Amino acid sequence: MSTPGDPPLLRVEDLRVEFPTEDGVVKAVDGITYEVRRGRTLGIVGESGSGKTVAAMTVLGLTRMQGAKISGRVVFEGVDLLGLDEVALRRIRGNEIAMIFQDPSTALHPLYRVGAQLNEAVKAHQNVTKTQARARTIELLDLVGIPDPGNRVDDYPHEFSGGMKQRAMIAMALANEPKLLIADEPTTALDVTVQAQILALLERLRGELGMAIVIVTHDMGVVAEMADEIAVMYAGRIVETAATEALLNSPEHPYTWGLLRSIPTLDGPRLERLEPIKGSPPSLIDPPSGCHFHPRCEYAQPDHARIDPELLPLPTDPAHKVACLLEPKVRRKLWEEST
Amino acid sequence: MSATEVLMEVRDLQKYFQITRGIVLARKSGAVKAVDGVSFEVIKGETLGIVGETGCGKSTTARLMMRLLEPTAGTVRFEGNDITHLKGRQLKAVRRELQMVFQDPYSSLNPRKTVGSIVAEPFAIHGMHKDRAQRRERVKELMDTVGLNPEHYNRYPHEFSGGQRQRIGVARALALGPKLLIADEPVSALDVSIQAQVLNLLRECQREMGLTLVLISHDLSVVRHMCDRVAVMYEGRIVELAENEALYGEPKHPYTKELLAAVPGARKDRRTITG
Repeated sequence: MSTPGDPPLLRVEDLRVEFPTEDGVVKAVDGITYEVRRGRTLGIVGESGSGKTVAAMTVLGLTRMQGAKISGRVVFEGVDLLGLDEVALRRIRGNEIAMIFQDPSTALHPLYRVGAQLNEAVKAHQNVTKTQARARTIELLDLVGIPDPGNRVDDYPHEFSGGMKQRAMIAMALANEPKLLIADEPTTALDVTVQAQILALLERLRGELGMAIVIVTHDMGVVAEMADEIAVMYAGRIVETAATEALLNSPEHPYTWGLLRSIPTLDGPRLERLEPIKGSPPSLIDPPSGCHFHPRCEYAQPDHARIDPELLPLPTDPAHKVACLLEPKVRRKLWEEST
Repeated sequence: MSATEVLMEVRDLQKYFQITRGIVLARKSGAVKAVDGVSFEVIKGETLGIVGETGCGKSTTARLMMRLLEPTAGTVRFEGNDITHLKGRQLKAVRRELQMVFQDPYSSLNPRKTVGSIVAEPFAIHGMHKDRAQRRERVKELMDTVGLNPEHYNRYPHEFSGGQRQRIGVARALALGPKLLIADEPVSALDVSIQAQVLNLLRECQREMGLTLVLISHDLSVVRHMCDRVAVMYEGRIVELAENEALYGEPKHPYTKELLAAVPGARKDRRTITG
């Protein structure tokens, strides 16, 4: 665990990712800044098309090949990853920083045994013999809770259930004891009971191995359970970020309010109607002017279409930042009235 | 809810899918018991939820209720009549009363047809509103009901967002004025901010048209919000069926308890979502 004074493990600064397409330039990530400290979990929440996955993939240089225009800085342990060439980046990828992807059934190669795919991850970064690699693979499968790993190591992916495949993906990501694990919707494709197991596993491994986790998801429940800090993304930008309790208990951005209000809950009163956010997420080719959220915001003022809000800390809680043009007092009042 | 008038009754319903080995000399080597003896009633005007995890048989149950699949055993009664083995014209007549909204709004709409013709297709199948102008009027009314702009009559599905497509699916299902609407995971493919719009729409349609709704979902919070009674399925069987408050307040079956405890953010000892 780190103290606040330590330099962060990862610092993303003003990251921008643009993809040229036939229809125009898609501004998938539009200037985001965040930090991840050692041993901590950051949750990045957003809907589809908010840029959360592109932002996560860019950290590992996985958007480079698609002709993307990338600017800003991604500083990992003092080194700007955006400045590294592919060879240097490969030494970090899968070693210091690992990633698990959303759909475990497409992330594993169907024609290779699970063990062989894990061996590959081990051997890519460690100078070990075949026997040692196999022993390490079995150890990893055991670590992530695959029963009878000595035999299951020779199974093909189709012989694994969805939850087991995701466990195997996590094992692969952990092969080299990364300092940072990026998990992109790690449980979206899974059933709720399996999801609970995977989240508990990630939590346990974070404690045992002391790694930091960035968890990218659309599910507020998942971040409420996992994250120490939460960043909410909308149309390629972070609109609000705070410690988990602060964000869930006193959210400041109308989009965050909308997200929290539009989900039915397991406890709390059953409402006659949910309060959806009106409209639908904007196009990233031609995002709305000013505050990107203003066309869907019920509190928008005329000048909000003109002025671009900055992500600014609250006077009362500097760790809580919000990009909203409403006066802090007005916001507080609106939120309190609505709850 | 009016005094408990049963709209649909399902008794000991079973659906086994045979597994065969070999191609030329195919022999039966076992069966997947997708639905294994399910009995319940759907009460007129209510919203019945069916929850469970992948492979528990909830979608197969829906398809059996719709008569899209032939059951291995058991009966389905609709308004007191046994519809389990209806064929031809009689089946077609019952299908007018039973409609379905599917999970994936991207694959359940024909990409080569305009929205107008998708929503009008039930009329064509059942020979209603033969007059073209009249049919067009009716379709526009339906589009308006589900919150689509009727002027978008001539557009194709790809021009609509996921939430709007699901509205098209709802409009098509409502076209014939069914008595029972079965929605199979109607919002699981949608973004969080859009889910609420579609759930509100289903509820409004239900209230205004006096529909009976069966909602199938893996999302326990969605079912809690929408349903009067909830059935929990596990491995092809209903393990618990209770009133909403009873099921969520005091779950009886260990599997229901496990399912509720597994929902992230639900553990009260940590953090709960407010708002």
